[in-house]
Amino acid sequence: MSFALLFEQLLNGLQFGVTLFLMAAGLTLVLGIMNFVNLAHGSLYMVGAYLALAAAQWTGSYLAGVALGLAGTLVVGMIVEVVALRALYDRDHLDQVLATFGLILFFNELVAILWGRAALFASVPSFLSGHIELFTGSSYPLYRAAIIAVGLFVAVLLWYVVTRTRLGMLIRAGATNRTMVAALGVNIRLLYTVVFGFGAALAGLAGLMAGPIYNVQPGMGELILIQVFVVIVIGGIGSIRGALIGSIIVGVVDTMGRAFLKPLLSTMISPTAGEAAGPALASILIYLLMAAVLTFRPQGLFPARGA
Amino acid sequence: MLEVKGLTKSFGALRACDGIDFEVKEGETHAVIGPNGAGKTTFISQLAGNLRPDAGSVRFAGTDITTLPAPKRARMGLARSFQITSVYPEFSALDNVALAVQARSGHSFRFWRKARGDPALVGPAEQVLEQVGLHHRKSILAANLAHGEQRQLEVAMALATEPRLLLLDEPMAGMGIEESQRMIELLSRLKQAKTIILVEHDMDAVFRLADRISVLVYGRVIATDVPEKIKMNEEVRRAYLGEQV
Amino acid sequence: MGRIVGWSIGLLLLIILPPLVLKLGQPFYLDLVRRIMILAIAAISLNLILGYGGLVSFGHAAYLGIGAYTVGIMGFYGITSGWLQWPVAIGASALVALAIGAVSIRTSGIYFIMITLAFTQMLYYLGISLEEYGGDDGMRLKAKSQFSGLIDLADPVAFYYLALALMLVSVFLVYRIVNSRFGMALRAAKSNDARTRAIGFSPYPYRLAAFVIAGAMCGLAGALYANHTNYITPGLMSWQQSGDIMFMVILGGMASTAGPVLGAFALLLLEDLLSGWTQHWQVILGPLLILSVIFFRRGLSGILYKPDA
Repeated sequence: MSFALLFEQLLNGLQFGVTLFLMAAGLTLVLGIMNFVNLAHGSLYMVGAYLALAAAQWTGSYLAGVALGLAGTLVVGMIVEVVALRALYDRDHLDQVLATFGLILFFNELVAILWGRAALFASVPSFLSGHIELFTGSSYPLYRAAIIAVGLFVAVLLWYVVTRTRLGMLIRAGATNRTMVAALGVNIRLLYTVVFGFGAALAGLAGLMAGPIYNVQPGMGELILIQVFVVIVIGGIGSIRGALIGSIIVGVVDTMGRAFLKPLLSTMISPTAGEAAGPALASILIYLLMAAVLTFRPQGLFPARGA
Repeated sequence: MLEVKGLTKSFGALRACDGIDFEVKEGETHAVIGPNGAGKTTFISQLAGNLRPDAGSVRFAGTDITTLPAPKRARMGLARSFQITSVYPEFSALDNVALAVQARSGHSFRFWRKARGDPALVGPAEQVLEQVGLHHRKSILAANLAHGEQRQLEVAMALATEPRLLLLDEPMAGMGIEESQRMIELLSRLKQAKTIILVEHDMDAVFRLADRISVLVYGRVIATDVPEKIKMNEEVRRAYLGEQV
Repeated sequence: MGRIVGWSIGLLLLIILPPLVLKLGQPFYLDLVRRIMILAIAAISLNLILGYGGLVSFGHAAYLGIGAYTVGIMGFYGITSGWLQWPVAIGASALVALAIGAVSIRTSGIYFIMITLAFTQMLYYLGISLEEYGGDDGMRLKAKSQFSGLIDLADPVAFYYLALALMLVSVFLVYRIVNSRFGMALRAAKSNDARTRAIGFSPYPYRLAAFVIAGAMCGLAGALYANHTNYITPGLMSWQQSGDIMFMVILGGMASTAGPVLGAFALLLLEDLLSGWTQHWQVILGPLLILSVIFFRRGLSGILYKPDA
């Protein structure tokens, strides 16, 4: 196990982490401000991946695909919000969970009808398909590095919007006291639609970037969604900072665990222990982490509402 | 019976309770009054165990209960009624009170026997309903009771736990004249046997029922005395009674 | 009165179903209804914590999986006696429910939903990663649970009546529990948490106990299910399966005795019907579910009867 390998996996963890962050940021905003449990957030991730892929094939240009994919996801998100979700804002969480569960079934099947159930292959665009030299001497896929860069850029952008703009101020106020913001005469409906659209776009971005790395198939959104839940529980609801730190932690722990737990157990205990327990433990590591955080800090590491 | 020393609670920059000293003697009816925003509900919530104070202590019958959670305080004999009606809307009035009786009857890990027909629960519940004058409405769902009747139910539930100390948070909130009179009569019957902390805006009730009155303004107790002295207290008149007609 | 009539008719129909469908040469319906009744047990158990307890647990299918895998794994190692398998299945489910519940029930609202979902997913991944027991593909049941000749689960009709009996027992058990002191305390905590604390109940132990009971009952359903399908996959523990069970409870009407049974029949018959029309039936079911949530609040039992208070 060399340092170069360790660092490479660390970067992979960071890349996974920013993908999680893009999803978590949108979801935590919607949860925190609108108090709305949206299970269909993963569907927007999936829609982003599929739309970008289809658009790229149709236009022949990767960047056109990205633009159309993002715009398309934004539109789909807003339509869903107006048509289906508005009726549910005043309902309890159970109703929201069930209704968005229905949405998941619908979207997964719709995608299967349009593009089939088999996983599609999304290729890395040629201008991003090279490698870069790391200071450790080994090379790292340019595409993954690009994802990290985009993710960090979005994080900075979000930080700027949330802390330095009026919209951000409304978002932060809404996250800590929704009724007060409404009482102050802010157009809550518009704010909700903007926040939801924003979150949808972020999810779509995550989806279209993830396409070439993971599989593009029906149900891809739910797999990552549940990991995003873990991020939010660890980081704290309503807090972008919590979403970022939670995402990095989960991304790194999961990736490093999958890469190194089996060899670690094999050398420290025995090869049979590594073989038997390694993969199993690696796959549930982040959930154990979540359980640990819950035991000692049930409100998460950086909750928006304070102690 | 209840001793509060230096109770302090802040919400960010707002000092809701600022070093409150307060005590209630056994058998006494001690009223707490003050203008809106004075911190009365924050104060009661800390006594009942719904909020944790930042500083200070609460002693109940000699025991320090400052950090004790609400259910434990209730089992020690400290019962509370809520300012905004907080009952079980989908259960009948009788069921509501029976639940309160059940709460003080040891643990409830009994899985088989029907709770509703149980005379050990129904008997005392009916008695309490009789006491507050709701017995004729015992089968009505709490959500379908009139507002005044719901306030009576609030008091009934607090009573049913056989408390040593009753914390009544604006029992007459939102009541008309007739209902208020009935409530005042009920409370005057109660005060003979119970120790009561009464938070109220209705001055008629306060002066008829209280043995002592504490006045809370901006999180501080500015006066504690018998009603006649409070009426004549300059500071109090300025801060509070001056606003009343 | 209406309730008794309803139950009697339903029971009668279920009892005469096997000889009827066999006479008509349609044994498929025997299997279908048996499957519905087994999953109804899972729905009945979820109704205890969801309908009566107010705990929105999106991870209930985990216990189906635990029950099923216990039977499968014990069978794998040659222990085929149902007298051993099924109690262990129930016990294992109860233990896992205790562990998950102890951590999760301290939270509430959105957190609780996400956490139960996450823990179920964890078990799902665990199931996939255990290669000896089939991993992703799942495992075959070597032999049905044996009950020393008392009942032969390979006989479809005998198994059907066992499932029916166990479903009725589950209904009855939950009925007694929710009307007992324990049940009243649980329901009070759902109805008004602050008031419940104010009179002296701490909701946590009651919720946890209910969670464990529900898990154990669902584990039994899992053991039955393994014998029904002869094949155990991690998919049994998926969140989609949890969502299905949840829908049965909602569709049938929460906090009602008949609700979960009605809901199970309604949902699974609907799925069966739709999948006969098109392989893409979920694209219809999804919006149907959304509409039912938006417009159809009290569920089927709310339409048939006045609510249990």
